[in-house]
Amino acid sequence: MTDYFNEMFQAGQVRAPYQGLEGWTKSMPAELRQMKQAEAEALFRRIGITFAVYGEGGDPDRLIPFDMFPRVFTQGEWSKLDRGIKQRAKALNCFLQDVYGRAEIVQAGKIPARLVYQNEAFERSVVGFTPPRGIYSHIVGIDLVRTGPDEFFVLEDNCRTPSGVSYMLENREIMMRMFPKLFRENRIAPVDGYGDALRRTLASVAPAKCDREPTIAILTPGHFNSAYYEHSFLADTMGVELVEGQDLFVENGFVWMRTTEGPQKVDVIYRRIDDAFLDPLCFRPDSMLGIPGLMDVYRSGGVSICSAPGAGVADDKAVYTFVPEMIRFYLGEEPILNNVPTWQCSKPDDLKYVLEHLSELVVKEVHGSGGYGMLVGPKSTKDQIELFRHKIEEEPENYIAQPTLALSTTPTFVEEGVAPRHVDLRPYCLVGEQIELVPGGLTRVALTDGSLVVNSSQGGGVKDTWVLAE
Amino acid sequence: MLSRTAENLFWIARYVERAETMARLLEVGARIALMPNTEHGYRTEWESLLQASGTAKGFEDKYGDPVQRNIESYLFFDRDNPSSVFSCIERARENARIVRTAISGQVWDALNSAFQEMRQLERRPRSELELTNLTEWVTRHATMVRGAIDATLLRNDGFHFLNLGFALERADNTARLLDVKYYVLLPSVDLIGSGLDNYQWQVLLRAMSAHRAFHFAYGGGLTARKISHFLILNRQSPRSLITVAEEAQYHLDCLARDYRKSGLAQMRARALMGELSELTVEEVFDEGLHEFLTRFIHEVGELTGMVQDTYLSGEAK
Repeated sequence: MTDYFNEMFQAGQVRAPYQGLEGWTKSMPAELRQMKQAEAEALFRRIGITFAVYGEGGDPDRLIPFDMFPRVFTQGEWSKLDRGIKQRAKALNCFLQDVYGRAEIVQAGKIPARLVYQNEAFERSVVGFTPPRGIYSHIVGIDLVRTGPDEFFVLEDNCRTPSGVSYMLENREIMMRMFPKLFRENRIAPVDGYGDALRRTLASVAPAKCDREPTIAILTPGHFNSAYYEHSFLADTMGVELVEGQDLFVENGFVWMRTTEGPQKVDVIYRRIDDAFLDPLCFRPDSMLGIPGLMDVYRSGGVSICSAPGAGVADDKAVYTFVPEMIRFYLGEEPILNNVPTWQCSKPDDLKYVLEHLSELVVKEVHGSGGYGMLVGPKSTKDQIELFRHKIEEEPENYIAQPTLALSTTPTFVEEGVAPRHVDLRPYCLVGEQIELVPGGLTRVALTDGSLVVNSSQGGGVKDTWVLAE
Repeated sequence: MLSRTAENLFWIARYVERAETMARLLEVGARIALMPNTEHGYRTEWESLLQASGTAKGFEDKYGDPVQRNIESYLFFDRDNPSSVFSCIERARENARIVRTAISGQVWDALNSAFQEMRQLERRPRSELELTNLTEWVTRHATMVRGAIDATLLRNDGFHFLNLGFALERADNTARLLDVKYYVLLPSVDLIGSGLDNYQWQVLLRAMSAHRAFHFAYGGGLTARKISHFLILNRQSPRSLITVAEEAQYHLDCLARDYRKSGLAQMRARALMGELSELTVEEVFDEGLHEFLTRFIHEVGELTGMVQDTYLSGEAK
């Protein structure tokens, strides 16, 4: 039995960040807790935060379970994360600017050319074009796990359109509403500056041709998308329009939205759709979501697209292995946050090792996401492992493997009271004129006893994440 | 404001108004069915209800004979019927979800809680659901939506598009409800014939929540003249054609003022209003009630088309 790091209790003692919570749980009788839980759920449902999982059918208005037990970091813990995350976000953007330009990192032999140029996410149509301020990924979501008091690992980077930030903000709103006393007693750093910071970030990358206060719009695939709530929440928080492809059109070298007062020029598009659906003239001709001609406007500096088309080449699971190298190469610094050791099944030696140790490892598809198409060795049956062995042997380059990490646990409300459950963390780093990070993030929790999979599509829940002020 | 947003707001209001009309229609039917009845049989009544709601064809395709229970299902619960109460509530809420940022928390709350309660209702056996309670349930929620709009929304273009939706839908609905009963009025302008007709008119007024108001305004005595005047030309009546036409004109004028641009829709609304303010009941009957209503419904349709072209299509004429 692996020994997991419990973020609240160590050797029978309550760790410093959680001291303000000990009395709180003890003084809460089961009935009150159930009442509060029901209240929280009713609030979420009323606000309309729901989450629909693709392909699972069922209730489109399903809630992501919210656990009321907060996860807490001290200022000291956070400041290290803060520096590490910003460093990483900066390096990833340097990498993107480089590979769409002179590709010095490839020339220097630090990363294999194949991983860049044969990557599906590499976007040939933007080679040689540098977006404003050289920024490609404006919102970087970095998934972190913890295994000990000082041991944090980056699990993956999300450079395209990381989702979940609305939960970070709404979880906090709900906690403050339900437990105001906790917030009076603990000094908890606020996260509600995120909307302003995001707006500032987007405005700071307005295109060269924009000569006034930029008009910003969020581009959503529409209300059937599982993250639609988040799109509309962000538009509301920032006070910008939420548009669909059908609301936009291209004319005279600019992008316009259809309004009740006629066409209005759009300068910055925060898109929440994939590259492939941006512009049917440039990408998928069968797409109904896109705006014909958008890429031409983009390349001529008439509109900014965030994240920039092609940003996905930096957050691939195979490229991930090289991020520490990027940090050294572009910033001349040592990485503050470590990667999880990763075996690339495309390498014969690594492949051999992986196949021999399948029952101990976590195997992931290089392009997979959402916890799908992955094998958690120690939690899998023999049959499942054998099935995966075939898959890997068939297409080794499609897989990477990592050791099964002893994910830390935090106390979580369960049927019987409070019990430790495994968690991860996704903070959202903003990259514009400045690099900003609000103190907090989305903590996801695996609600099933013993489970290490925190994805909401597979029984995961969310928690409010606190950073204690000095 | 995005044209699509404006369109969604416009339709939220239309769906809410329509849901309410459907529920009221059903109640009319149920009341008529309670009457001891002679030669006509209630069958024709149910048929006329389907006619009024514009759903006769869809109903016949699905159920055939107009049996009360089936009609209740079709007009209230059936998602295959785009005009059923449930369809309307679901669409209103879905539209609101799409434009969540353009409405206040309270308006969203009102629409969303109607939807959530509707889902609970759906899980209960039909035998437990009393039609009168259901109708009340619909009008209560519609009232909450209206109240939330009135009390919490900014008086901006979104507010005007919502109210335009209410006004145009109500204009259409009142005209249709009246039209379905026009034949009862035909024999004589002065007196409505039999006790049955009388009763039918009462329930019609009741369906528009107007029976008390009517008696208050006219001191009783149901005549075709009074009823037509009440539902077409009385500015005090909240559902009369002139009242809703005036509301439509008002909100269109507000839009013109906000946007500093007036167009075809404003002109048309003014023309419609101009005609109604000079009209007398006698003129309506000279033209023929049915003919007048048909023309009115057509004009409201055209006005709606102009609103669509001017504001909701994104072309901004």
